[in-house]
Amino acid sequence: MFFLSMILRNALRHKLRSLLTLLGLVVAILAFGLISTVVGAWYANSEAASNARLVTRNAISLAFSVPISYQQKIRAVEGVKDITYANWFGGVYKDPKNFFPQFAIDPESYLRIYRDYLLPPDDLRNFIRDRKGCVVGRRLADTYGFKVGDQVTMKGTIFPGDWEFTVRGIYDGREPKTDTAQFFFHWELLNETMKQKFPRRANYVGVYVVEITNPDEAAAVSQGIDQIFKNSAWETLTETEQAFQLGFVSMIEAIVVAIRLMSYVVIVIILAVMANTMAMTARERLSEYATLKALGFRPAHVAALIFGESLTLAAIGAVIGIALTFPAARGFSALTGTLFPTMQVADTTVVRQVVSALVVGVLAAALPAWRAAHVKIVDGLRSIG
Amino acid sequence: MKVPLLYSYRNLWARKLTTLLTAGGMALVVFVFAAVLMLDAGLKKTLVDTGSYDNVVVTRRGAESEVQSVIDRVQANTVEAQPEVALGPGGRAQLSKESVVLISLIKRGGDKPANVIIRGTSPTGLALRPQLRIVAGRVFRPGSNEIITGRAVADRFAGAGLGEALRFGGRDWVVVGVFDAGRSGFDSEVWGDAEQLMQSFRRSIFSSVVFKLADPQAFDAFAERILTDPRLTVEAKRETRFYADQSGKLSAFISYLGLTLSVIFSIGAMIGAMITMYAAVANRTAEIGALRALGFQRYAVMLAFLAEALLLAMVGGVVGLGLASFMQFFTISTVNFQSFAELAFSFTLNPGIVLRSLLFALLMGLVGGFLPALRAARMNIVDSLRAA
Repeated sequence: MFFLSMILRNALRHKLRSLLTLLGLVVAILAFGLISTVVGAWYANSEAASNARLVTRNAISLAFSVPISYQQKIRAVEGVKDITYANWFGGVYKDPKNFFPQFAIDPESYLRIYRDYLLPPDDLRNFIRDRKGCVVGRRLADTYGFKVGDQVTMKGTIFPGDWEFTVRGIYDGREPKTDTAQFFFHWELLNETMKQKFPRRANYVGVYVVEITNPDEAAAVSQGIDQIFKNSAWETLTETEQAFQLGFVSMIEAIVVAIRLMSYVVIVIILAVMANTMAMTARERLSEYATLKALGFRPAHVAALIFGESLTLAAIGAVIGIALTFPAARGFSALTGTLFPTMQVADTTVVRQVVSALVVGVLAAALPAWRAAHVKIVDGLRSIG
Repeated sequence: MKVPLLYSYRNLWARKLTTLLTAGGMALVVFVFAAVLMLDAGLKKTLVDTGSYDNVVVTRRGAESEVQSVIDRVQANTVEAQPEVALGPGGRAQLSKESVVLISLIKRGGDKPANVIIRGTSPTGLALRPQLRIVAGRVFRPGSNEIITGRAVADRFAGAGLGEALRFGGRDWVVVGVFDAGRSGFDSEVWGDAEQLMQSFRRSIFSSVVFKLADPQAFDAFAERILTDPRLTVEAKRETRFYADQSGKLSAFISYLGLTLSVIFSIGAMIGAMITMYAAVANRTAEIGALRALGFQRYAVMLAFLAEALLLAMVGGVVGLGLASFMQFFTISTVNFQSFAELAFSFTLNPGIVLRSLLFALLMGLVGGFLPALRAARMNIVDSLRAA
């Protein structure tokens, strides 16, 4: 008890210095948490991906499509339970900055396979009935203020022209990490328009999403599908939905790695600040430590005093920093709109924040504690700080 | 009367550990700041260097990249017949109809795919880009299944080296040459014969038309005219401008993200400087009293402490910049958001970045040192002399 109160009193001796150090810690822990959360957001789609789903695309690259006629052939492959398809639309809503994914889908089969997108039955019926209808996610609706019945115009980049849609429903996610920043409309509409304007581009889909009976057979079913179309005009490549999503992350892997490294840089910066605080503190109190030793306290006691003070500061900083991470992540999420599918502070992020704070607390105290523990009483008493 | 600069300088030396830790924190912030600017500069330089001022790229209106663009043969021929197109030997138009598509290749020593641009072109297309040199092997023969790969592609992708083969579009393509395009965007591309590639990809349309202007000044009139030509649904840009535009999204992403992080990180470093300077002022209370008693004015004391903070920041800035300059040896390769294809570029240092980084460091020093210096200047002579 005596020890604890001594540590606390020591920490409060230089109020301004402790306060500044604490502020620095809070900023660093908060920044670290935010960066981890943003990095995590990139992986959100692959984490939400089911391993009972496969994605079949053109083997050349995603920029090429596959014929709609493949649907029946894939459905016949053993182990395939259900199939749907989608086309990446890549349209622009008002300004290129307003990025969100848009897909042309077959409503019934798509929402049958993606059970995490919850749409009220009435809205679903209205959507299916209206060929110019569309469905938007909750986050998307919140960001741009879409309401059921609204008219939305998209400027096509891959499929030229202005496209008019009527919002027929807003879907919610079954889980918090479900991507509710997407925009869906009828593949039929896209295809009919292509038939009229660019007949050569009609009757193609971007990807097939295949639901399989047994996730363990993913590799075999993938091979089975690709085998049928080998040496055909449109060879396919089938992989699990997770691998497909990770493929996108790996494209910007260099940037993701750089951002992750940055999150450790901020910890090192704050380590330098904290170590400086502890070094100055210990230097100023060297004569006190010598006095304690002269009174019979052992070097370990002195070291414990310094470690205690450092860890106390680090702990308080961590608690405040972590507490602030949650509202900050929400604010950042609102700021970036629909750029990221979800923005959730993961448990592992909090664990990492705690660990970093502890490491900073321990490392910052190491050198001063060693010095104070080893100082000769005579030298220490002579020291004037 | 001013307090000599030597006073501030010596004070930094007196507490080496503190100086080292504080300057170290600042150095890291400056490192991040400079590295981000260097990355952005590298990206822009790579893409700007890709184009030539005299060349014009024609794409479909509204297409953000060549990959998205489509131009049918009739329109391509209409463009070819325009008077602005330079004529080469034998009266042949200095014009290349190109087919640009993405193919998915696997990186060496991994299983992760990445999108690579494959450009179907012609001997004229090669002639239009004089910066492109074959460094190994030879050029592909027109009408064959031969391809040449950019230096960055040959190094990083499985099957893209000289003598190896890539399989796509139902055919094997032999790599007969590796080219260096002077660290431009073309280094991240694969080139082959346009007609052969289009056949394999089952496309009958081109992606873009590139030509050399007969008169470099005639561009504006040309661009204007084809926009109003009812037979055409295309737009024209100078090649330099076209590639500079390709850097837009990624560049904005890198600079926004990097600068936000730098500013947040700098808060930590500024707090570090503030703590150090407050301690310096507190430890030297008697000294400050003595200085004032000797006749130094308040502002002189303030300047002395500000100078100390700025010196500290300068040390951090120089060290951080020094560390960052080593980044020039690294090449980063990532997907360009605009074209959706892999692009390799290096960190590039230029005088502007050096200046901005050092100013950023000084700003941190100024902000961190201002309040402590103010406190030093406001001290009462008698009280501070008594403090000892």
